[in-house]
Amino acid sequence: MDKNYDLPIDAALFPEGCTRCSLSKFLVWIAAVMAVFGWGLYAAFRVLSEGLGVTGLDDYFGFGLWITFDLAVIALGAGAFFTGLLRYILNIDPLKNIINLTVIVGFLCYSGAMLVLVLDIGQPLRAWFGYWHANVHSMLTEVIFCITCYCLVLIIEYVPLILEQKQLNRNKLVHAIAHNFHLMMPLFAGIGAFLSTFHQGSLGGMYGVLFARPYIARDGFFIWPWTFFLYVLSAVGSGPVFTVLVCTIMEKMSGKRLVTWEIKSLMGKIAGTMLTVYMVFKLADTWAWANDILPRSGLTFDQLFYGWIYGKWLLWAELFACGVLPAIILITPSLRNNRTLFYTAAILDCIGVTINRYVMTVQALAAPVMPFDSWETYAPNWAEWGASAMIMAYAALILSLSYRYLPVFPQEVKLNK
Amino acid sequence: MSSFKEFKIKWGMAIDLDKCTGCGACMVACQAENNIAPQPDASNKLKSLNWLVVYELTNGKPFPEHEVAYLPRPCMQCGKPSCVSVCPVIATEKNEEGGIVSQIYPRCIGCRYCMASCPYHARYFNWFDPIWPEGMDKTLTPDVSVRPRGVVEKCSFCHHRFMQAKDKARVEGRDPNALNDGDYITSCTEACPNGAIVFGDVNNPAHKVHELVKSKYAFRLLERLGTDPQVYYVSRREWVRRLGDNYLENEKVKG
Repeated sequence: MDKNYDLPIDAALFPEGCTRCSLSKFLVWIAAVMAVFGWGLYAAFRVLSEGLGVTGLDDYFGFGLWITFDLAVIALGAGAFFTGLLRYILNIDPLKNIINLTVIVGFLCYSGAMLVLVLDIGQPLRAWFGYWHANVHSMLTEVIFCITCYCLVLIIEYVPLILEQKQLNRNKLVHAIAHNFHLMMPLFAGIGAFLSTFHQGSLGGMYGVLFARPYIARDGFFIWPWTFFLYVLSAVGSGPVFTVLVCTIMEKMSGKRLVTWEIKSLMGKIAGTMLTVYMVFKLADTWAWANDILPRSGLTFDQLFYGWIYGKWLLWAELFACGVLPAIILITPSLRNNRTLFYTAAILDCIGVTINRYVMTVQALAAPVMPFDSWETYAPNWAEWGASAMIMAYAALILSLSYRYLPVFPQEVKLNK
Repeated sequence: MSSFKEFKIKWGMAIDLDKCTGCGACMVACQAENNIAPQPDASNKLKSLNWLVVYELTNGKPFPEHEVAYLPRPCMQCGKPSCVSVCPVIATEKNEEGGIVSQIYPRCIGCRYCMASCPYHARYFNWFDPIWPEGMDKTLTPDVSVRPRGVVEKCSFCHHRFMQAKDKARVEGRDPNALNDGDYITSCTEACPNGAIVFGDVNNPAHKVHELVKSKYAFRLLERLGTDPQVYYVSRREWVRRLGDNYLENEKVKG
């Protein structure tokens, strides 16, 4: 057989029937990604060698950009467990066309969050104490257990996709393993849904249980504060559209259609439905907070906001511009099927959940509780931005390699004929 | 919130804010006693360690009605500490007779969740390596462990002094669980030139603090949040007491 010398040098590794850019073009992109990664690696090295004193964190803001980043990516990575639940447990078959991407995005979000946590704790070598000396009363213990367990589940879900790589899959054993992994997938989707629901909730519960911090303290049901349920709902209300946005960015960068509009619209409908449910409860929660928890603590609504940096505009933006508005767009078929409106709603939805994680983390700590204490402000410094950028670069790297060499999108060949 | 033990002995403080001049001797004594490392640059007060901080309070009125008060703030050793239940690794507990909230440095992973939970900002993180300039290491208190970078620390009510007082009682053939008033006091109590800080067993009628906390002018910081602090403040000035908690406009101050 004659060789086609017009194809990229690594064409034999591409998914069956798919075309990719030249290797040199790909390597230029990877070099740019690695430059960002290198900057972040330097920041991580400085943090680990000199301690957290090199960051912008302080005794008022023990939690800052990194925790916001972790909470936001874990919420946005919820597309993985929720889509898995719908695809494998509830048998919504069309989702098979985007499930691989949700798994990769989920894996990147969770592994990225864990990498950041290694930097964020003061004694990284003691990270295993979370298992060994677990405090069953702490929501953070539950988060530690579930995040690490769920990350393992995501690895198990990612492995068959790697084994399906064209050249690897020629090996009979690898082929058989990949096939068997696929058969077990509903089991892992179920475990993933269980673990993920609990830790999404525990992340919210972590804040709600802080009864001496009126900005975030919440009543609740049994041991779970309302934030427990709100975090689960907001994650499943934004995760699916985040996956769609990642997919669309990949389409723009590769110049190919990877998933049909129907699938994207379906993901939007799923997220929109959950976002609508979330917004109903979130609005009720905000009302109860302002009219019950705050007066009970001797505080007024106005006292919990400060200047521009922690102003009310953040709350209104979160609730209405990035909450109610995208929910309406995503659940209304005529609006959802207008692509400009759809993508606007998807972006607003993701911004909304990020604002929520930010204010619950940073504004909550900025707000003084003692009457003679003062508002403090927090700005992350280069070390925190650098380490966060490293995780973004890591995600870009894995996504790029996965897209180039793995059969991520089942519809790609058909859509690009 | 999980439930906490009740103790027969409850070590506590009553700080008379009308006697406090804000001299800061308590802060200095605390730093020296508890081996808090000097920092090359302590200009950023949000990154420097002080187990006890003196806050300046004002009534907010212009001269001649302007008044100030000073409020020393150690760890409140809360009866229902918000920090204990949140710690993922049981590095802080309220488990010992006396009700002092412990901090176990070799156990702490430095997640800072306890700091986020504490409305008093009584917890501090070791952002940098503790370094004593040559010779200063000789001033270290032998019974107080030094802390490494990356762990949280806080006021322990000079717990080593508690241990010493109990040891002394044992040697003298007395009951270590029935210490006399003054057998065990914190370094800040000892250093206060005005006697503004009174320390002892709040539950023991033989201890002076027992009477002081019953004063109608006594209050605790942020009482309505339910943390149940073991540190009491006393002031005959209503505006000072009002600053001890958050009050809505129409609400009356205690005392």
